[in-house]
Amino acid sequence: MTLATEFEARPMPRLLRILTILTVLGFAGTLVLGLVAAGTDIQQGAVQRLFYIHMPSFFGAFTAFGLTLLGGIMALAHKNEKWDKIALAGVEVGLAFALINLLTGSIWARPIWNTWWTWDPRLTSAAVMCLTYAAYLMLRAGIEDADRRRNFMSVYGIFAFVTVLITLFIIRIVPETIHPVIVGASPQNAQGSFEATSGVVMALVPSLLLWLTVMPITLMWHRYRLEERLESLNRVKLKALSD
Amino acid sequence: MKTPVFETVLAIASKDLRAELRSRELLSLMAIFALLSILVFSFALELDRLAREEAVSGVLWVTLIFASLLGLNRSLAQEYDQGNLDALLLAPVSRSAIFVGKFLGNALFTWLVGVLLLPLMTALYGMNLLDGRLILTALAGIFGLCAIGTLLATMTVQTRAREALLPIAMLPVALPFLLTAVRATTGILTGAAEWQVWFQLLLGIAVIYLVLCLLLYGYVVEE
Repeated sequence: MTLATEFEARPMPRLLRILTILTVLGFAGTLVLGLVAAGTDIQQGAVQRLFYIHMPSFFGAFTAFGLTLLGGIMALAHKNEKWDKIALAGVEVGLAFALINLLTGSIWARPIWNTWWTWDPRLTSAAVMCLTYAAYLMLRAGIEDADRRRNFMSVYGIFAFVTVLITLFIIRIVPETIHPVIVGASPQNAQGSFEATSGVVMALVPSLLLWLTVMPITLMWHRYRLEERLESLNRVKLKALSD
Repeated sequence: MKTPVFETVLAIASKDLRAELRSRELLSLMAIFALLSILVFSFALELDRLAREEAVSGVLWVTLIFASLLGLNRSLAQEYDQGNLDALLLAPVSRSAIFVGKFLGNALFTWLVGVLLLPLMTALYGMNLLDGRLILTALAGIFGLCAIGTLLATMTVQTRAREALLPIAMLPVALPFLLTAVRATTGILTGAAEWQVWFQLLLGIAVIYLVLCLLLYGYVVEE
């Protein structure tokens, strides 16, 4: 086998192809629902439409980080490189989603709360969550030995998930947040809440389902394949050098 | 046959204590750092009476967390560099016992720094920090910090960047402790009743982290 054929990309599995198309079409569809079909909020105006990305992106991050947790546990149990790659893909995709979540929230907060950022419990814990997973990537870059890296990063991925759970449940623990809750009762001090009318639900539910399931899985799958290619590239490099 | 867990823990912790009594390297390092830290804070924040009341618990905990980082790095680097970690792994003892032994040693040193800091800050900042509830909070907070710190330091001493990585890896994961401990401390100092909620939360997180550390330590020392 020549070096070139060894590095040739494996064809994209059909399921991944379908998922990719579904993600693109779904994203376009939910944008239409959120930007056009849903009515403009009477009090908040057009900026309220950010919500259709803001909340789903957090749950997308939740799925991705959850798969990192699962990947970590499985990698420890089975000593399998595949699970470690899934964990890495989860961190990168989840971090991107969490940053989208922070960014959209910040843009929304500027007109509604009159500030880009405030040290609210929920905002703080979301920022800490991002920093934790950024630390994951830095720590990972510092470990050369593959087995050691798999073990260490699995352990770190398990601990990092605590910050995700804290972000999710902090409004139950620290009720003094000003962050509104749209589904269920809003905290007493919440500012900028709006009613979950049928129009809101119609735009939210498809978007939430897309970000929660199809989107993170598709992106992670692509990232997984990229990691595989990087590995095969390194193998080919080593081989070429040794010849 | 394995050495009983309790004996192993005691042996490792007392080894650390004896080494420290002879060299006084770690504790003097941590203590001097802690002193410098509270001095630097008082200059940097130019603490007047009102600002002091608001900032004192933050100063206390940031100082404690950085002092513990210093101690953790040294303590695990010594084990690793001098080959004692390998020797411990070869010995017929459980990995959790190694963890608890190292953890107790580190927690003890950080507690000692806390014992030094509380009366000193009481004198320098003119606020009574020698409160039974506050000492309890300090005990619990340091307990949690050192549990996660011992696990992460064991990981980072085996990496390329070593000492530089521990703060980056530990600070975000330790933030639940920092947040709850600072809130509990502020609550105690201002006489608010809500300190109990924060203290309970702190204890809960500490127990969860300790259990996770016990379960996972075996994987970070595996060869």
